[in-house]
Order: sequence, then C-alpha cells, then structure tokens
Amino acid sequence: MEAYRRPGSLAEALALLAAAPAPPLLLAGGTDLYPARAAAEAWMRQERRPVLDLSGLPELAGLEDRGDHWRIGARVTWAAIRDSALPPAFRALQEAATQVGGAQVQNRATLVGNLCNASPAADGVPPLLALDAAIELASPRGLRRLALPEFILGNRRTALAPDEIATALLIPHAAPAARAGFEKLGARSYLVISIVMAAAVIEAEDGRIHRARIALGACSPVALRLPELEVALEGLTLAEAAKAVAPAHLAALSPIDDVRATAEYRREAAAVLLRRLLARLATPAMEVAA
Amino acid sequence: MTRLIVNGAEQVVAAPPEARLSTVLRDGLGLTGTKIGCDAGDCGACTVLVDGAQVCACLVPLGQAEGARVQTVEGLAADPMGAALQHAFQAHGAAQCGYCTPGMLMAAMEVLQASPRPAEAQVMAALGGVLCRCTGYRKIVTAVMEAHRFLDAPAAPLPEAGQAVGARMGRADGWPKLDGREAYGADAAPADALWLRPVRSPHAHARFTLGDTAPLLARHPGLERVLAAADVPGRNGYGIYPDIKDQAVFAEGLVRYRGDVVCALVGTREAVEAVRVEELPLDWEVLPPLAEPGAALAEGAPALHERWPDNVLTTGRVRRGDAAAALAASVHVAEGRWQTSFVEHAYVEPEAGWARRVGDRIEVFASTQAPYMDLEEVAGVLGLPHAAVRIVPTACGGGFGGKLDVAVQPMLAIAAWLLRRSVRATWSRSESMASSTKRHPARIEARAGCDAEGRLTALEFEGIYDTGAYASWGPTVAGRVPAHSTGPYRVPHVRSRARAVLTNNPPSGAFRGFGVPQAAIAQEALWDRLADAAGIDRLEFRLINALRAGDATATGQVIAASAGLPACLEALRPRWAALREEAAAENAAGGPLRHGVGIACMWYGIGNTGMSNPSTMRITLEPGGRLAFHNGAVDIGQGSTTVLLQIAADALGLPASAFALVLGDTDLTADAGKTSASRQTFVSGRAAMEAGLALRDAILLRANAGPEGRLALSDGMLTVDGRPLHLEAPLEGLGRFDPPTVPLDADGQGVPYATYGFAAQIAALAVDTELGTIRLKRIVAAHDVGRAINPLLVEGQIEGGIAQGIGLALMEEYLPGRTENLHDYLIPTVGDVPAIESILIEDPEPLGPYGAKGIGEPALVPTAPAIFSAIRDATGAEINRIPALPHRVLEAIRRKEGAG
Repeated sequence: MEAYRRPGSLAEALALLAAAPAPPLLLAGGTDLYPARAAAEAWMRQERRPVLDLSGLPELAGLEDRGDHWRIGARVTWAAIRDSALPPAFRALQEAATQVGGAQVQNRATLVGNLCNASPAADGVPPLLALDAAIELASPRGLRRLALPEFILGNRRTALAPDEIATALLIPHAAPAARAGFEKLGARSYLVISIVMAAAVIEAEDGRIHRARIALGACSPVALRLPELEVALEGLTLAEAAKAVAPAHLAALSPIDDVRATAEYRREAAAVLLRRLLARLATPAMEVAA
Repeated sequence: MTRLIVNGAEQVVAAPPEARLSTVLRDGLGLTGTKIGCDAGDCGACTVLVDGAQVCACLVPLGQAEGARVQTVEGLAADPMGAALQHAFQAHGAAQCGYCTPGMLMAAMEVLQASPRPAEAQVMAALGGVLCRCTGYRKIVTAVMEAHRFLDAPAAPLPEAGQAVGARMGRADGWPKLDGREAYGADAAPADALWLRPVRSPHAHARFTLGDTAPLLARHPGLERVLAAADVPGRNGYGIYPDIKDQAVFAEGLVRYRGDVVCALVGTREAVEAVRVEELPLDWEVLPPLAEPGAALAEGAPALHERWPDNVLTTGRVRRGDAAAALAASVHVAEGRWQTSFVEHAYVEPEAGWARRVGDRIEVFASTQAPYMDLEEVAGVLGLPHAAVRIVPTACGGGFGGKLDVAVQPMLAIAAWLLRRSVRATWSRSESMASSTKRHPARIEARAGCDAEGRLTALEFEGIYDTGAYASWGPTVAGRVPAHSTGPYRVPHVRSRARAVLTNNPPSGAFRGFGVPQAAIAQEALWDRLADAAGIDRLEFRLINALRAGDATATGQVIAASAGLPACLEALRPRWAALREEAAAENAAGGPLRHGVGIACMWYGIGNTGMSNPSTMRITLEPGGRLAFHNGAVDIGQGSTTVLLQIAADALGLPASAFALVLGDTDLTADAGKTSASRQTFVSGRAAMEAGLALRDAILLRANAGPEGRLALSDGMLTVDGRPLHLEAPLEGLGRFDPPTVPLDADGQGVPYATYGFAAQIAALAVDTELGTIRLKRIVAAHDVGRAINPLLVEGQIEGGIAQGIGLALMEEYLPGRTENLHDYLIPTVGDVPAIESILIEDPEPLGPYGAKGIGEPALVPTAPAIFSAIRDATGAEINRIPALPHRVLEAIRRKEGAG
C-alpha cells in the first residue's frame, strides 16, 4: 500500500487492507494518530507505517435511529453527538462529548476512534458501556458485532483483526424516560485526561428504579460496568440510589498510581462520583429533561 | 495535488496528503501566522477554521482538507467581525507574547460566527482548547465578549504628548501579533536553510561513544554533517556565569540528564527527520543517576562535576542576630516542611531560530530573553571576538526565564559557521520540555516565632533546591532566596540558608521569581499559624509586621522609600472582610464544599542581586525629522516595548506615535541587559527616561528654549514652541542606568537591590472535601508598582502571574521522562483562572522612571501561598506537598481529621 490512501468506499478500503503487506494505521479524526507520531518523532523513534484514511467512506457516516437501535457511524464526531437531539439515555454520552479535549478535538475526533485507541482513560467508554453499545466490524469475511467488553481487551488492546475496519456503534433503545449522566474528575477545567469518570443510565417507573446501568473509567485497564451495584439499585427509589453505593460494589476495580493520582484516591473518588451522579439523576431537573 | 480554499482563495498544494495541515499552511503556503506549539492537539496554537469549525491544524491530514474552506489569522481582517475582534484584543491587552493569539482569535471566531454577543460560558467553552501562558485569559475572554462593540467603533486615539505615562495604551507592537505578521523563531528562516536536529540522551546518566558517522551520511543523501564535541571551534561549554561554562554544546562522552545533547544532524529537513535512533553509531553505558538532592548530598555520593565534589553548586546565606535564642524566647513558634516540584515554563513557542555566516561574522536570529548573553555564548563556542557576532532576537513567544539560557543558538552558530550555509532549528514540544530549564524543586524546613502582640521575632530557614545537572541560574536562585526568606516583614533575627544541589535532573534555572515563590509558600504558611496562635487576624498580623520605609531588612538594608505593603493590605481589608463573611455564610449551609479565604504577601528585589545590571537606551533625531528609539530590551510579551516608549515619549515631550522603533539587534541597539528579574521597567525605563531627557536638553539647547519648551514633530519638521528647528547633523540622547547595590557579604549583609516590589493577594475558593478538588472563586491582588506606566499592561502582568501561580499551586509537576507533553503536564486553561481584581498601589520609587518599579515576577509570588492559606482556612488542612493535586489535598484533609 502507498504511504497514504483515502478510499471512497468500504469495499475499496477493505480490499486495500487485505492487500497491505503490513497493517496500515487506520485514520479517522487524527486526534490520536498525530500526537503519537509527535511523541515518537521527538526521540527519533518515528515509524512510517502507511495510513489508511477512513474519512471518505460513506458507509461510516451518519447518526440514525434504526427503529430498535441507534447506529452511530464510525465517522461521527464528538461534536455531532454533543449537538444532536438524542433521547435522554444519551445524556451521559452527550455530557462526555463536551469534556473530551477541547472544541477542536470534539470537532474532529470520533467515538469509534476513541474506542479503538482503547485508553483506560477514554471518556467514551463508560457512557457507551452504560448504553450496552456494540461495535460493528467489517472485513472481507463479512460483518460481525461485538459487545464493547468483548471488543476492548485491555490497555491499548482491542479485538479488531488486521483485516477489519470498525464501521459503527449500535446502541439498543432504552426506555424513553431514562435518566443518564456523566461525571468526570480531572485536575483542570478543560483538556484534561480523566482521573476517574462515571456514567449511568437509569430507567425508572413511578420513581422506582427497574434497570440501572453504571460504568466507571480510569480505574481499571478497561472501563467496567458495576453489575453488583446495578442489581442493588433495582427496586430502590431514585432518591435512595446514592446511599446504596457500597465499597463492595467497587471491588472489581484495579486502579493504579500514576502521575495524576494514587490508586487509593481513585477508588475513593470513584465512590464519591457515583453517589453524586446518582443523586443528580434523582433531581427534578433530570425529570424535565426526560 | 490537493485543492483547498484558504481565506477565500483557491490553493493547490503538492504536499503529501498525510502531511499536517499546519505544516502545509506554514511551509507550503507561507501562512506562518498559524503557530505550532505541540503538534499533538494539546495547546491549540495552530487552531484554524475548517468549514467554519475550529480544529487543530496539526491534527488534520491535508488529504482530509481536500475541497475544504480553511480560514487562518491572515484572513481575519477581511471579515468585519474578525477585524472587530482584532481591535478588541488590541484595546483590552488580550495579546502579550502573541504566540497563542492566532489560535485564540480563530477559536473565538467559531463562537462569534454563531453568537455575535456570546455569554461568558460560551466563550470559555470555545477557548477551552487553546493554552495561553502569558495573559491569565481574563482579558482574552473580555475581548471576545466585547468584540461586537468594535464593529463600528473607531480605534482609540494614542495619548498626546506628555500624556503617555499612566495611559492604558494598547501595545506599540500589538498589531503584528493580531494579523499573523509577527515573526517568531520558526517563522523567518530563509527557504534554503538547512535543518539541525539534536540527538539527545534518553538516559539521565550515561557514558557513550559515538562511532563513525560516515555510513549514516552515506545512507541519507540529504544529510550533510553530524556535529559532535570535536567540531566545536571554540570552547565546548556555555553557562550563565562567566566562570561557569559547565554545559557542553555536545557532550564529551558523558551525559548528565535526559535531554543532554550528544550530537546534531544537519541536512535537509527530510533527511534529518528520517534518521532513526538505532541508525546512529552510539554505544551507551547507562549509569545510576542521582535522582534527587538527598542522594546527591549523601556521604560518598559520586560528584556530577569534579569542580563541585559535594554536589553543592552554591550556598546562599543570610545571618542576622541570634535566631536560635530569639526562637527559644518567643511566645509562639511555628514550624513546618514543604516540598515543591519541577515546574516547566511551558511557553507556547518552543525554542527556535536560525543562523547564517556573513563573511567572518556569524548572525543568529532566535527567540531569546538575553541577546547580549547569547552574543557572549556564541562568541565563546566559536572562539570569535564579540564584534564578530550579531544576535537579532526574533519575536519571543513567551520566556518566563526559560529563554535566558541559550538553546538553539550555539548549535546553530556552529553549524552555520562550519557549513557556510543558513541553518535553522525548532525544538519539538517534547524536546523543549525534556531539555529546557525548570523551576527548582525545593525542600524547605522553616521555623518562625512571634511575641504575644504578634510581632515576628525570628526565622530559621533551610532550603535545598534541586538545581539539576548544570549550573544555569542555580547560583542566582541560591543567592536570591535567603535575601527574600523573611518575606516583606520586619524580622530581627534570621538564620537562612539555601543550597543549590546538583542532580541528574534537568537543569533548574530561572523561572519567574528565581526560587522566591517556593520560599514564600513556607513563610506565609508560618505567618498564618503564628497569627492563629497569637489570636490575630491573618491580614492584621501581616500589617503589624509589614516593612515600612525606614525599616531594616534581614540583609541590613534600610528601605528608604517606596514600601507600599501597608497600603496594599489596607486596600485589601474591605475585600478581605466581605469575602470572609461570604465564605462563612456559605459554610453555614454545610455540605462537602468548604469555603475559605487566604492571604499572602510578597516582596521582590528588582534587578540582579548585589550585582551591576546596567541598561543603555538611545534616541536619535535626524535632520530629516526621523525620530528613532533604539531599544535593546527584549519584549517577551510583558510589554517593555510599549512601556519604555511611553517613558521615552514623556521624557522627550513628544507623543509616542512620533517614534520609529529600532528594536533588539546587537548591531543596532545598546545592551539593555536581559529581560529578567522584573528589571526592564525600572532599569531600562530609567535609561529610557534619561535618554529622552538628554535628547530634550540637546534640542532645547539648540533651539535656545527654556526647560518648559513645547516640542512638536509633524511632516518631518520639529518645532520648539512653534518655531521650526533645522538640524544639520543628527541629535542623540543617550541614557544609562545601573541600579545602586552593595554586594552581599558572607553573612548575606549588604544592599542586594535598589528597590523592591510589594504585594498582597487574597484568594477565595471552595474545597471539595470528598474529592480534594479546589474551585477558585476570586483573587484580589494589590500591588505596589511605584507608578503604573501602563495600567492595562500592569494588569496583564498581574493576571498572567496569578495564572502561573495557580498552576504552581494546583497542577504543575514536571517528571522527567513522564510528563514531557502538554497533556500529561497540565497548565491552567481558560476555565482555571477565576475573576481577578487588580488594585494598583503607587508608592513612588525615587530611582525609578516616574516612580515606577517592576511587576513581572511579583505578580506570581503571592498566589500559591494565598491559595494554600485559603485551603487551610476552609478545611484546616496544611498543604506541604506541592502541587496540591486532588489526591494530596484529600490526604491533607484526612491528616487534619486524624490529628483533630
């Protein structure tokens, strides 16, 4: 493959990928690829892998309601999510969209790229986990769908095969009256890598929770859903939810010490963020939004 | 070929489609108004609009811009709102160094296109992705919100003759920063210049051998030369002090920090960028590093440099009275330990420049704060007389002390000299961060006492400053800290010591305050505890002890005049009371947020410590009526070009608009000294005043007019009291000033500075006691500046200094090898700087021009201690590990709870 190709169809892209002697870098918004390049070049470790630019593929465009699910094409940017009218269950994702990088990054970076980059601190992962999103992967062998936990395997590791291109996110419909939110903790206001973030999608009837989906990021190699907490919340009133968060619900987390915070702090902050998020979702303001 | 529409005109460019749009705009289309700060989407300096949406041009492949509409700063004036925004920036002082300005302007245009009268929150969201290190953002936000007012308004007139001093005049060098014309270090190299790329050590401490480079040169045809230690024509060493040239241009078999230069590649850009590290004939023997001062001071530790066998570069001392005895006799005593971190200057413009050989002279064009020091270094490494070197400072995209040391200059000079070609270089962001100097991390232990009435009795201060691998400004820091260790207070008994200790860390150098901000954190924390112990309000405690004219300092200097700290504190008193009441009311409501108000003061000696630091300014009037101000003081964004012009104008008696400016070129301007130590307004300002007065005297003498003679200059004709004055030869006014000081003796006694800036700041904030996060609500800053020559620019210095103080206090921690970029190393964004109220106190300094003294560094010093004072007020928690990242604040709160 040449140094750079920008094919005009998915079929062409897949053919180029299949024929490439070495796996090219897949480029969408460029907000991860170019910074990685700069970091490598600074210490003379630059690589010149060919680039397959996916930004011209019509099959990857579009944000649409497909009846029983939403389809978010792999080219859809954070800004598009931020600015679109979407059902209340997307509120967590939309709140995350305003906090991913600055406006420049939001205008270019894609949600699917955020998943493929597979950073433990990827802001997109907790809200998408809480939405039970699946990712659609295309290859010459056809299409397959993977639930997010099957796709993101570890720190910077995904199940994307060398001949595959991630084409879309698929998000099942939630109850129309769902409440959702996102909390991000960082050491400054904008352009900040998360220390911890939490996302929740809560479905309730008559003020009583019948389904809760909750995820935490930056506290484990891959963001995690918290099934024990979700079960514990079922049947509670919205007002009771925040108090139900217990240390045992966070047992699966494996936070680390790094330049941003200590592991112990992350564990503690995660519980605080969860309680605050659940308390916020119980407020009347969230009801209006629904 | 890629087709795009740039500023309304179709362009076809031949660059590779994966090339960054920023590179294509700059190198392909010559639109150098788009700046590069990081190439990683972290700083936003390269922000342009693509189809109306703001993007970092460094993250956009050219291929994705095919057919797109691209708007850059160069096209801004053609849009009425764009032009209005430029006028708003000029009027509000929203650009300082100007390097982030094009990005700020373009980001602002995105929101202004949608909402011509945007709310503050909209502006913040739009500007959140552009970092500014100079302004503190507040004037930028105001300018964007007010841009619509400039749609039809005429530009404000410049001040008339005699009215310049004290006027809120827009920057004399402002417009090129707003329309993309300003040429920084990376903007003006000739098209055929070769590129230089240093090869840096990835190891903190190692021996190396560099083998035969011929195969490498053969493999890369565009590679012209690999320069190493043996190629240095003169002395292979540079350093700030004439007798300490300890940092090699190219290391001689031993590297002492990660970032030390091993050799440099010179060739075409493509060739130097193609070389990979494993192709270099380098063999490393990695050695254990001395990672912190404790290891370097340990018994038997190896010496980094033979010259300093105990790894102590310099020890600074001040001893006065008997501190131990006075502490023993004190009614109240407080003590503590503090530890601060490396802080990166993070000027948005990375180091850059170019050089050429002209016959037997060398000319270096680079971003710098100190052209005459550059001249000495370049002459030294080339083995040339000073007269054979010309330094022309380019526009400087921020310095803050970090561009006082040479970076690109010696290497470029050597390459251009040997190859007889123009050679250019620009450091990448990571390279800049790894290699450049830092603020010294300090470990401080201090004790202080007071009597029952709250009068300070004694201070013991011990500071260990990690000075890194080379001397740089370490001796200056070790000397300045003890002289300032009491803060601006009367303390009769003092025993103070600061040691600069060598380690295998990046060289610590000059950074806005030369070690004093770290020391102020310790002092001010002690005063808070003593005030509480004595049962005295924290502001009143400071007022009781504040230095006043006639008082003696710990160095034995009697402050003769211009000691405005009491006036600063009195001006703050009503705000202090109101903010404290507000906090108490909010705390009464309970909840995890605890509100607090803190206060801290500072003093800062203007100019070099007990050393000569003269400045010379020159104004000429030619027979044809050309009036030229030859000003060699480098304006790195702080505003000296404007302020010195205002002073010169009023001294001469002509309006500022009458002057042509001849700026910073060692062939054309006299030595004004370096832009550091907050000295340009005071020292060069006094020289500018003397130059103006001297030319005025010469004119009045020739015109036979009295001292009140009124000058006017129009259409090349000078008149005195309305009568034309014909000149046959040029007239010149020369002004020189060297502030009078007396060197410090072994006990730190002397007159280290001719004058001091004084200030007090209040911080109001809320602490989230469950997360350890801090929300700043307001900062009120009262600064005695002697005389505000330009209040607009003084406010700009205060706001920018406060922003850096916020970074020091709450988020900035440079860890070699781990935070070498602007997403792991955090500096404040537009959302991190609260509303700032500046109160200017003018207690005139008799030596200063029109009473003025400095403001650059004083602005930063009190901010961090005021923030920690407020955190303690809110929660009782003592912050002693800095920066106060959320996990450290939470730990401090828990410690307090455990202790309570």
